[in-house]
Amino acid sequence: MYRTSPASAALRIVTWVLALAIAAPLLWALLASFKSELEAIASPPRFLFFDWTLDNYRAVLESGDYLHSLRNSLIIAGGSSLLVMALAVPAAWAMAFAPTQHTRGILLWMLSTKMLPAVGVLIPIFLFYRDWGLLDTQLGVILLLTTGNLPIAVWMLYANFNEVPGEILEAARMDGASIVQEVLRVLAPMALPGLASTFFLIFTLAWNESFWSLNVTTTDAAPLTAFVAAFSNPEGLFWARLSAASMLSIAPVLIIGWLCQRQLVRGLTFGAVK
Amino acid sequence: MSEIVLEGVSKRFADHVASDAIDLVIPDGKFTVLVGPSGCGKTTLLRLIAGLEDVDEGRLLIDGVDMAHTAPVARGLAMVFQSYALYPHMSVRRNLGFALMVNRTPKAEIARRVEQVAKMLDLDKLLDRKPAALSGGQRQRVAIGRALVRQPKAFLFDEPLSNLDASLRTQMRFEIRRLQQELGITAVYVTHDQGEAMTMADNIVVLRAGRIEQVGAPLEVYRRPVNRFVAGFIGSPKMNFLNGRHAERYDAATIGIRPEHLGVVAGGSMPCTVRTIEHLGSEALIHAEVDDGSKLIARVSENLHVVVGQRIEIDVDPACVHRFDADGKTLPNNGVSQTNLAVSDNITSLNTK
Repeated sequence: MYRTSPASAALRIVTWVLALAIAAPLLWALLASFKSELEAIASPPRFLFFDWTLDNYRAVLESGDYLHSLRNSLIIAGGSSLLVMALAVPAAWAMAFAPTQHTRGILLWMLSTKMLPAVGVLIPIFLFYRDWGLLDTQLGVILLLTTGNLPIAVWMLYANFNEVPGEILEAARMDGASIVQEVLRVLAPMALPGLASTFFLIFTLAWNESFWSLNVTTTDAAPLTAFVAAFSNPEGLFWARLSAASMLSIAPVLIIGWLCQRQLVRGLTFGAVK
Repeated sequence: MSEIVLEGVSKRFADHVASDAIDLVIPDGKFTVLVGPSGCGKTTLLRLIAGLEDVDEGRLLIDGVDMAHTAPVARGLAMVFQSYALYPHMSVRRNLGFALMVNRTPKAEIARRVEQVAKMLDLDKLLDRKPAALSGGQRQRVAIGRALVRQPKAFLFDEPLSNLDASLRTQMRFEIRRLQQELGITAVYVTHDQGEAMTMADNIVVLRAGRIEQVGAPLEVYRRPVNRFVAGFIGSPKMNFLNGRHAERYDAATIGIRPEHLGVVAGGSMPCTVRTIEHLGSEALIHAEVDDGSKLIARVSENLHVVVGQRIEIDVDPACVHRFDADGKTLPNNGVSQTNLAVSDNITSLNTK
């Protein structure tokens, strides 16, 4: 079916090499998670031909902290992502469909907050959290991740909403839809791919976030990132077990990504206009 | 059904005046067309009536009630958009019923009215399709149906035919006009196409730069334009304008002659050279250059045999000459008889209050 020219064959090889290079650390961790600790640190490393074992997974799951951290990660990533969407959808709606002369400035200002290194505000936030009793609480982490991811979500949704023809929303207004109906019944279904990809992105960012979760949680609210980090402890580095813990902590996001992929790749064109 | 009255309605966008103290009466049950070149403020005026733009100054009376600052839905008007603006994720049935659904009409009533409108517009077989699966003409009908279902006080059309091809456009012109007449609804229709305005309107409102230039029945505007702008804008091909000695003969700064009022006559007062001939089948348009360099278009019978480059003489019926002063204002016809401009003098002009 496809005729392959030398150029496209070369391109395909480059693509595969790049993809493997990017995936190499992950593949290394995947293989290591099935090795014994001794084989995991063997040099030169053994590829595929070693004694495959599930001991590391068993050990990680038996430690009991995994399910606790998984629960925390789900609550923190899910809660902050929902909160971000609840705030970002109306904000992006207002900026896209009722812009003022300040809209551009506000958008740039929001993005500028992402230019500040997080560590720059670590001390004040840590002190506030200590005084407000938010240290090591799910709510504390949710609030931090919400404020951190809000600008990204507003930007993504703003770009997305700009693709929606304004006349359709005006038609809804003429039809008597309230603003809430306009957003929920007309805009949201049309912008669904954009909403889904925004949600997935900020969910992933929240899931993988480690700076704040390592600094403001210890045990009660510790998510999976803190759980994985805990495997490198003063008693030594357990590569195989660390790898198994990593695999277990990225699994949920991979599953969600798999489930969402249809929405993520679906185009915006519906043929409503023209 | 209702009358819409605009009193001193103004709208500014930054330093651009989109509507400049507009006074206009849109009569009950009539088809009023707002026409003008792009940027003349016709769409803004329609959006002000709809409530999609805020009125800066003035009153907007719908059935005698000032609704200048009322929310769009409370005005009871329905709008058909240039892009149709159908809800892409909803079936035709849900598109038609959306307005009723958000206004909490009982389900059975929604179904009944949707069926009724679908039948009227020949959409009954398409009710379960999505807009993407419809042709341009069908989408247009859904957009009209969505407005009809609400049983609005008046219909607002914003260049609704501009996305259709020529033959469909002619057909839809007729359909829209037929529906409006059958239902006796008030309609306000925006177009930049003077032909659409002439064929559809009960009343034409000619706009330029946010102001109304003239209001009147199509033939009245065609035959008695109040100024050079209206004279040039209404009519296709455009009115011929002549200056210099041609105008001096009529004691005017400029004269205007419609192409159909020029005749190729031996011994005619204007010797010209034929530059181009457009054959339309039923008639031909001769583009000619007068010896002093002025250009003319004459509408003549196809039976007349002329060729490009031929010397011809063109004459004009003095009774059909429009005279304009230096500002472009129409001058009275100087006692010249207006036999073939048999327009009654008592035409009620809408902007004379």
